[in-house]
Amino acid sequence: MTEIEKRSGFGLEYAAAPESTAIVALADRYGLFIGGEWVEPRSGLYMPSINPATEAVLTEVANGGPGDVDAAVRAAREAWPKWAGLPGKERAKYIYRIARLLLERAREFAVLETLDGGKPIKESRDVDVPLAAAHFFYYAGWADKLAYAVPGAKPVPLGVAGQIIPWNFPLLMAAWKLAPALATGNVCVLKPAETTPLTALLLAEVIDEAGLPPGVVNIVTGGRETGAAVVEHPDIDKIAFTGSTAVGKAIQKAIAGTGKKATLELGGKAANVIFEDAALDQAVEGVVNGIFFNQGHVCCAGSRLLVQEPVFELVMEKLKARLATLRVGDPLDKNTDLGAINSAEQLERITALYEAGVGEGAEPFQPECALPDKGYWFRPTVFTNVSQSHRIAREEIFGPILSVLTFRTPEEAVTKANNTPYGLSAGVWTEKGSKILWMADRLRAGVVWANTFNRFDPTSPFGGFQESGFGREGGLAGLLPYVHLERT
Amino acid sequence: MTITPATGEVVSTARPWPAFAAKGITVSPVDAVMLEARAASFASRSIKNASKVAALELAIRCVDLTTLEGADTPGKVRALSAKAIRPDPLDPTTPSVAAVCVYPLMVPYAAEAVAGTGVKVASVAGAFPSGQSPLELRLREIEWAVAHGADEIDIVLNRGAFLSGNYQECFDDVVASKQACGKAKLKTILETGELGSYDQIRRASVLAMAAGSDTIKTSTGKITPASTLPTALCMAEAIRDFRRDTGVVVGLKVAGGIRTAKEAWQYLVMVLETLGSEWLDPNMFRIGASTLLNDLLLQRAKLRTGRYEKPSRLTLD
Repeated sequence: MTEIEKRSGFGLEYAAAPESTAIVALADRYGLFIGGEWVEPRSGLYMPSINPATEAVLTEVANGGPGDVDAAVRAAREAWPKWAGLPGKERAKYIYRIARLLLERAREFAVLETLDGGKPIKESRDVDVPLAAAHFFYYAGWADKLAYAVPGAKPVPLGVAGQIIPWNFPLLMAAWKLAPALATGNVCVLKPAETTPLTALLLAEVIDEAGLPPGVVNIVTGGRETGAAVVEHPDIDKIAFTGSTAVGKAIQKAIAGTGKKATLELGGKAANVIFEDAALDQAVEGVVNGIFFNQGHVCCAGSRLLVQEPVFELVMEKLKARLATLRVGDPLDKNTDLGAINSAEQLERITALYEAGVGEGAEPFQPECALPDKGYWFRPTVFTNVSQSHRIAREEIFGPILSVLTFRTPEEAVTKANNTPYGLSAGVWTEKGSKILWMADRLRAGVVWANTFNRFDPTSPFGGFQESGFGREGGLAGLLPYVHLERT
Repeated sequence: MTITPATGEVVSTARPWPAFAAKGITVSPVDAVMLEARAASFASRSIKNASKVAALELAIRCVDLTTLEGADTPGKVRALSAKAIRPDPLDPTTPSVAAVCVYPLMVPYAAEAVAGTGVKVASVAGAFPSGQSPLELRLREIEWAVAHGADEIDIVLNRGAFLSGNYQECFDDVVASKQACGKAKLKTILETGELGSYDQIRRASVLAMAAGSDTIKTSTGKITPASTLPTALCMAEAIRDFRRDTGVVVGLKVAGGIRTAKEAWQYLVMVLETLGSEWLDPNMFRIGASTLLNDLLLQRAKLRTGRYEKPSRLTLD
């Protein structure tokens, strides 16, 4: 035995570093934020919000009914003329104030986002909260420049926007919806997701503190029926929805013929394509980020990995080694890479699709890792031996499961990548610039990342093709869904 | 390359360049954006309490305590050697560092000072830090240092040859240096700050390993940038792939600009997550430093006593 072998296995165990929750002071119960005031729901109903990492009830929030949505829409409608009539730079002041207050309370937002949704604190702290603030900053900048946004046209606000957001990036999605709507002179009725309403309610506090005129932003928490009430309300001019394709289709049916404008940002089944000439260590890094970021609860997650055959085994070896370093557990611990699955319902769906994958003959790989006893957890999983026809290669899993397929030529990569009813995002990994451009021309996806993945910026438009929805959020393009264009 | 039949262990280090390409040894391209993103993630691992005790102790054991000055004297080297053996005179439980690292002329004094203690003598050689000297003279310098008691030789890569694309010459220089080392271990300094890109750093890493280096080292410490986390990660990934391709295990040494305990354990985290716990060992991983050691000792004393010592309590050598 060599000296090395005798001494090998030196353990450098990381110390638990849980972020303190003392900064978050939750009330026992939250009402609705309507007309600039906190009100009891007319429905009289409340629902619990649970910490998915412990299954403990954090607090109770109102479960708004149609009457509550109606009250919110009325408050918004009443506030609209004055808000839309403000000079752009005055609206901008309010939005900048929201952005600054959000950053001042960044830690509080990050901890609450992690408590309520189960995502690792390093993500809520480094991604969700700063990006949310960046969106407010960015669109605040547009508010007094709208006249120059579209040459030859004057953007005119639509009126009342009904905005329904998902549970995967609760605060960030609220920012994506509110910031452009407010900048363009619209007023909002925001319906947060059933399982993650708390940061939106904290944002309501910030909006209140920022002194926005009452009724400009109204927040109505609740479940599906609350969302349906928003969609069906006759005095709403615009529906902005981020969520599942099934609900997106239902919304389109419901608003058909009503004249309501809509943007839908729906599901995805993105392909991450690794060519043999790629920087493989970094490609693996991008694949890991692409599918395990936020436990895979990402509509643009790189859930299908397409690897060129000559490097398939090498990539798998590197990927498995990298998976072994991922740490699953307490989302508040800053060491944690994968937190909790957002809800029992989502865990059930992920588990069902995992079992479908095994049943169809795909081979799963999961690293060894202990999972906490309480809470909703799923190990990071990589399936090989996957065919295009398998459910795990077609359906959106919205969890930490990667399906790996191989290809031989760039043409085959494009064919396979595009062989999906979705089209939200894609990734290309190659050292050859011309190949990146060739692929980007052919991939039918709203975003194509080259040698990176899951990068977001408020200046960059985001949105899908096909069943991934329509309309763009972010950038100049993100203003257009909130305005009519009048000829000048 | 020869393989001992009994164990399958690779014992010879004569690996020809560029013929290694035919043996499936790969020089993978490197993408800067994701490499740097990954490197940044190591800083977010939490090292405190028990893990800090372990990390500080390990970091001390991995230090190559270095003095490379024109003003070095036998007295200075003796003092440094004493510190290498017993870094903290007030705390006898403090481990010794891995080695003292000196210029060739100082080797005899260092060797005498550390004899029998387990602390190794490392000597830079081969026209350090530029390497701009005839090969015979560089080899002669290596032989001289080994003959006077150096256990390890830190040479510099022939960057003149490397950057002009003369990889064969660069490779041959390392092979010859390895031969000149005899039983001494060879560390090859890539001087990453002069190579210009991560791709070149990866290529130089593979070249140096294929030519027989026992360890590859980031920097001389004489120029900036010296070692950075992304640079060291790039080299560690090359080491990992080289082992997969050839079975040969090569060590990593980071040097230059690492002054705080916190930086040191970020490197340990990088090594652990990239190469595995097998590399968390002074035989496989070294940190070339001088002022770092005192910060490691200060932090160690802080954990023991709960307060920061006055820096003046520590020796300045």
